Amino acid sequence: MDLSAYPLELPESDRPMVRFMNVTKSYGSLVVLDSLNLDIQQGEMVSVIGPSGSGKTTVLRMLMTLETINDGVIYVDGKPLTHMVRNGRLVPADEAHLRRMRASIGMCFQHFNLFPHMTALQNCMEGPVQVLGLPKAEARARAEELLAMVGMIDKKDQHPSRLSGGQQQRVAIARALAMRPRIMLFDEVTSALDPEVIGEVTQVIRKLVAEHDLTMLMVTHQMGFARDISDRICFFYKGRIEEQAAPEQFFTNPQRERTQQFLRAVKDAD
Amino acid sequence: MTFDWNWEFAFEILPRLLRATINTLIAAGVGYGIAMILGLVFALALRSSGRLPRTLLREVLEFIRSTPLVVQIFFIFYVGPQVGITLSPWVAGMIAIGLHYSAYLAEVYRAGIEAVPRGQWESCRALNLTTRDSYVRIILPQALPHAVPGMGNYLVGIFKDTPMLSVIGVTELMQAANSIGSETYRFLEPYTLVGLIFLALSLPTAGLVRLGERRLRRKLGL
Ligand SMILES: Nc1ncnc2c1ncn2[C@@H]1O[C@H](COP(=O)(O)OP(=O)(O)OP(=O)(O)O)[C@@H](O)[C@H]1O
Ligand SMILES: [Mg+2]
Repeated sequence: MDLSAYPLELPESDRPMVRFMNVTKSYGSLVVLDSLNLDIQQGEMVSVIGPSGSGKTTVLRMLMTLETINDGVIYVDGKPLTHMVRNGRLVPADEAHLRRMRASIGMCFQHFNLFPHMTALQNCMEGPVQVLGLPKAEARARAEELLAMVGMIDKKDQHPSRLSGGQQQRVAIARALAMRPRIMLFDEVTSALDPEVIGEVTQVIRKLVAEHDLTMLMVTHQMGFARDISDRICFFYKGRIEEQAAPEQFFTNPQRERTQQFLRAVKDAD
Repeated sequence: MTFDWNWEFAFEILPRLLRATINTLIAAGVGYGIAMILGLVFALALRSSGRLPRTLLREVLEFIRSTPLVVQIFFIFYVGPQVGITLSPWVAGMIAIGLHYSAYLAEVYRAGIEAVPRGQWESCRALNLTTRDSYVRIILPQALPHAVPGMGNYLVGIFKDTPMLSVIGVTELMQAANSIGSETYRFLEPYTLVGLIFLALSLPTAGLVRLGERRLRRKLGL
């Protein structure tokens, strides 16, 4: 792939928090994302929706560097994420570069993925102590603050196996925030939850939107929630962005045939 | 021929056999320690290194597993000096038994590590932990309970294989019984006692391993 067409760094005047530039991802012959272009501005909350298999999770996983990409470049805060500059040219990133860049990104998963052998508090201290090198006392204070923020302070000494799904997901959000990311990724964080506890997790995300200056990218099947809190909705279809717009516009006046079909199907299912 | 069990003789040789039992336990313990550490090194190497070294290592471990331990003991002890490596019976024996069982334990560890859900690795990456920290703090502690039953089986296995060390003259339990036999021409009592001592030490191990696994799981909050 020819990287000479990509800038080594984005210019000050045109520097979104995240930029996907012609990003292609395939598994064997299956093209999952086809030359994706997507900008996310600093502080923006973007919701990604679309049918199963359309590549939504893959977008987040590439940004979290859990997947490599086959073509294109992803920029974070103007700097290449998937690549690095060597001898004045872009080359695929090495592990050291990925670790540096990953520091500004946090992610929450559908199945929480808490560390089962650690308490809620230890889960939230692990990264800050091991990776950021914070003193234990400071890491603990921060972790407790965040657990209080997500309403889990009285369960801080419980192991994940003793917590409900909604409680585990709230701990997972606190754990990700403890690393002080500037970008937060949420992949269907309520999909594995019982209906009655979905609210406690969406409440936390609402709070983040209202009170924090985070850039957020959220994959969700909850249309109402997405409409409420997003600055923009991105509709994915077969590895491409079929349509994107502000929530009001998107839900009341979708332009594309496929979007209309999808929204009708979702409404019927509800 | 009569079956003449002599209690007096049995009690007379018991202290000597019990002393040798200590050596058997040391041999099993040291051998197992080597096997545990080497096995972990192999298991991690199998997961991390490049394709070629990985295939090579896998074949070597397969080879070690599919040749008899006693051949490996002889090989290290008798062939070693011919290439300039002369080892005492104890050292040669410990290397042989440790290496042999490390090939099995590597497999046990590998299965344990693979039993840890992929999502745990993804959390480690998302939190930016180093590969080393991911293993030491997150993956291995969760792999351990999966590995404990297999580790317990091979602990008993290594213990029961220590008599093979007598072939190169390590003074363990079997060797002591052999000596008693050749000194007194009585074989019934020494070999019966050897069997009973092995039984007495093996039997509780399985129970202890199960108990250990349960306690470990509880301690880890799993
Ligand atoms: N590791 C993999 N190997 C092969 N194919 C994969 C892999 N991961 C994902 N895919 C395929 O890539 C496509 C997009 O997957 P992705 O998980 O991004 O979809 P999604 O939009 O998140 O779907 P869902 O709503 O079901 O979560 C799917 O066809 C999926 O089968
Ligand atoms: Mg998905």
